[in-house]
Amino acid sequence: MCLAIPGKIVEILPGEYRSAVVEVAGVRRRVELGLIEDEHPAPGDWVLIHVGFAMSKISEQDAIDQMRMLALLGESEAAIEEVRGYSQ
Amino acid sequence: MPIVSARLVPRVRFKDPQIEMAHGAGGKASRRLVEGLFAPLLLDSREGPLGDAAHLRLGPTDLAVTADSFVVNPLTFPGGSIGELAVNGTVNDLAVAGARAEGLVTTFILEAGLPGDVLEAEVRAMARAARQAGVAILGGDTKVVEHGQADRMYITTTGIGRPLSGVTIDVRSVRPGDKVLLSGPVGDHGITILLARGGLDLEADLESDTRSVWPMVETLVDAAGAGVRWMRDPTRGGVATSLNELARDCGLGVSILEDDVPVHNAVRGACELLGLDPLHIANEGQFLAVVAPEHATAALRAVQSTPGGERACIIGEILPQPAGTVLAMTRYGASRVIDMLVGDPLPRIC
Amino acid sequence: MRFVDEFREPELIRKAAEEIRRLADPARRFRLMEVCGGHTHAIYRFGLKDVLPANVELIHGPGCPVCVLPMGRIDDGLSMAGRSDVILTAFGDMMRVPGTQGSPLQHKARGRDVRIVYSPMDALKLAQANPDTHVVFFAIGFETTAPSTALTMMRARAQGTRNFSVFCNHVTIVPAIRAILDSPDMRIDGFIGPGHVSTVIGCRPYEWIAADAGKPIVVSGFEPLDILQGIVMLLRQLEHGEARVENQYTRAVPWEGNRAALGVIAEVFELRPYFEWRGMGFISQSALRVNDRYADWDAERRFNVPGLRVTDPKAAQCGEVLKGVLKPAQCKLFGRECTPEHPVGALMVSSEGSCAAYYNYEHRKSPAVIDLASMA
Repeated sequence: MCLAIPGKIVEILPGEYRSAVVEVAGVRRRVELGLIEDEHPAPGDWVLIHVGFAMSKISEQDAIDQMRMLALLGESEAAIEEVRGYSQ
Repeated sequence: MPIVSARLVPRVRFKDPQIEMAHGAGGKASRRLVEGLFAPLLLDSREGPLGDAAHLRLGPTDLAVTADSFVVNPLTFPGGSIGELAVNGTVNDLAVAGARAEGLVTTFILEAGLPGDVLEAEVRAMARAARQAGVAILGGDTKVVEHGQADRMYITTTGIGRPLSGVTIDVRSVRPGDKVLLSGPVGDHGITILLARGGLDLEADLESDTRSVWPMVETLVDAAGAGVRWMRDPTRGGVATSLNELARDCGLGVSILEDDVPVHNAVRGACELLGLDPLHIANEGQFLAVVAPEHATAALRAVQSTPGGERACIIGEILPQPAGTVLAMTRYGASRVIDMLVGDPLPRIC
Repeated sequence: MRFVDEFREPELIRKAAEEIRRLADPARRFRLMEVCGGHTHAIYRFGLKDVLPANVELIHGPGCPVCVLPMGRIDDGLSMAGRSDVILTAFGDMMRVPGTQGSPLQHKARGRDVRIVYSPMDALKLAQANPDTHVVFFAIGFETTAPSTALTMMRARAQGTRNFSVFCNHVTIVPAIRAILDSPDMRIDGFIGPGHVSTVIGCRPYEWIAADAGKPIVVSGFEPLDILQGIVMLLRQLEHGEARVENQYTRAVPWEGNRAALGVIAEVFELRPYFEWRGMGFISQSALRVNDRYADWDAERRFNVPGLRVTDPKAAQCGEVLKGVLKPAQCKLFGRECTPEHPVGALMVSSEGSCAAYYNYEHRKSPAVIDLASMA
């Protein structure tokens, strides 16, 4: 099952095994952090949740960069057309 | 293509070897059971598709009659309990048939071992809900079964109502161009029940939307009169199932704009986490109506100005094509089919 | 919802669709395969085929971990539920998958203890709460899910929970892609790579697809804009005759993968020498099994499973649909003998099955309606 959703860590839970309360659109769920301990997850971090486990941290910067690239789609072509026009 | 009548629908047969939870879920299996077994064998004569209530003519008097049973687990949950559902559910079935509920009779099946104070709490809840809905409880029956033969308590209510004059709820009067109205946010009840069962490690600020929809229906009919073609309360199986029943019964297409369907944030979040679709989740305090286009604005305003109806909206319209099908349109020019519920992701929610 | 809604923005979707139309040379026909069932589901759920030009064709790949299990494996799992002290647990997705004696849900209706869980940890907790029973977890999924199963088993061992075992049916994605490329009747121009599997295995395992098979592959996310951007990136490569591995899903997929996740897989599992995939025969090194260290938590060793090979009904064309040779509607049983209500094969009931996605979201749309949609 490839279903994985982004959620925000709101609280790290105490205990032998690392887990956290993660919030998705106002719904809180307990999620295991054992697979991403190396990334030192902390409250405020966004993670990808799959079958009750955090799979990776979501990079807000990469998301912003991606949105920027998406907004340019179609724009760059218009710019190229304009330049072509000038050189003729 | 000409408007196709309900005969578009292939005859439904019930040949299932055993009863499964899906038969109670309100979706395709339920339909097979009702239309393939109960209706042909039990109903005397039937013209047209089945509605939420039956009409009985006694001399000069027209009555609407309906029944509903409640097997919800757990008995109490945020926003309500089985007692309230038992009253509001039947009041609503009458309401969407265009009738004001006048009286209820109720039966209880109680499991030996059910604590007396639990029962009392539910009876009080029923009395309260009946008072709020303005309906009289006329009497009832009780049976007790051995411990383990019923899950604490099951309630059935039978309701009798007086049809409003000036309105005939008949799906065959639905026409292309008619608008589809929804009274408010969907999915609250089903998700609340699911979370109340525990064992899911999910927490949210949600409560059941159980309430009588009669006040909203009354103002709607007042404003739009004969322009109200069809109504339904989307309980088990959700809005998707009700709209599919509509499309199938009128032989036309239904198109909704998915972004326009109101959904509380937490319902959306829970559905995403669990792989559910809010359109398939049960509601206990909402209704759908199909209204003639010239009455749609007045109808919407009327419902919105009724307490509890503030989030009512027009979510779509009736199309000539594709017949018998419900489509959800996106804002970027794409669409998907919305089907009736298959299976039973949420058992025993009402 | 953050990181979801912005990737469903209608204006940006229109722009991406326009860019695809601009890039897709009308003289060419582009056949792109989305490997993962989650992508197939998203494509139909968001109506993305409506916004693609006719010469960009999406072929559905075999990336549905439930669909590729032969019916005999379902029977094996259900045989464990036959014992009175066993609770069989599985994800909701498994519940309506047909075995030869019915689906898990039908077994439940006949009185077997079969329960839905939303995480392997739920199954472990169930075992810990019910020490007089034995809880079996029917584990399915690609590399996305295997680490979670593995970590759960490590927890069971560490906590000394002995009344818990896993019936392991985890499969790996790369051999499936290799089988597609080796298939003589498949012509694929490029791949939309599996986004969530890649959060675990990273992007390196796909390098041979570009280097040896000469096909571009773009690892993509699952929102509409992710998929469309992935297609843009593929078309750009194809326009320039390139074949590279690219990562569209950078916000979630690290190029090197998740070392910890790969580590727990190695701790608990090992590769089976071969495993049978529905419709694709035996593929070597394509599935995981529990290793000797965790033998006590291996349901296959604790129970005697029938292990019978069950072939699909002759008329069913599950295998061909899985490989992308046939579209769902081209299977003779589609919509007739095989529907979500009475499925013949898992593809019609799994949330990642292409038949289910097509049936639920697409197949009753008439051309007249699609025109209507594009005018919106």
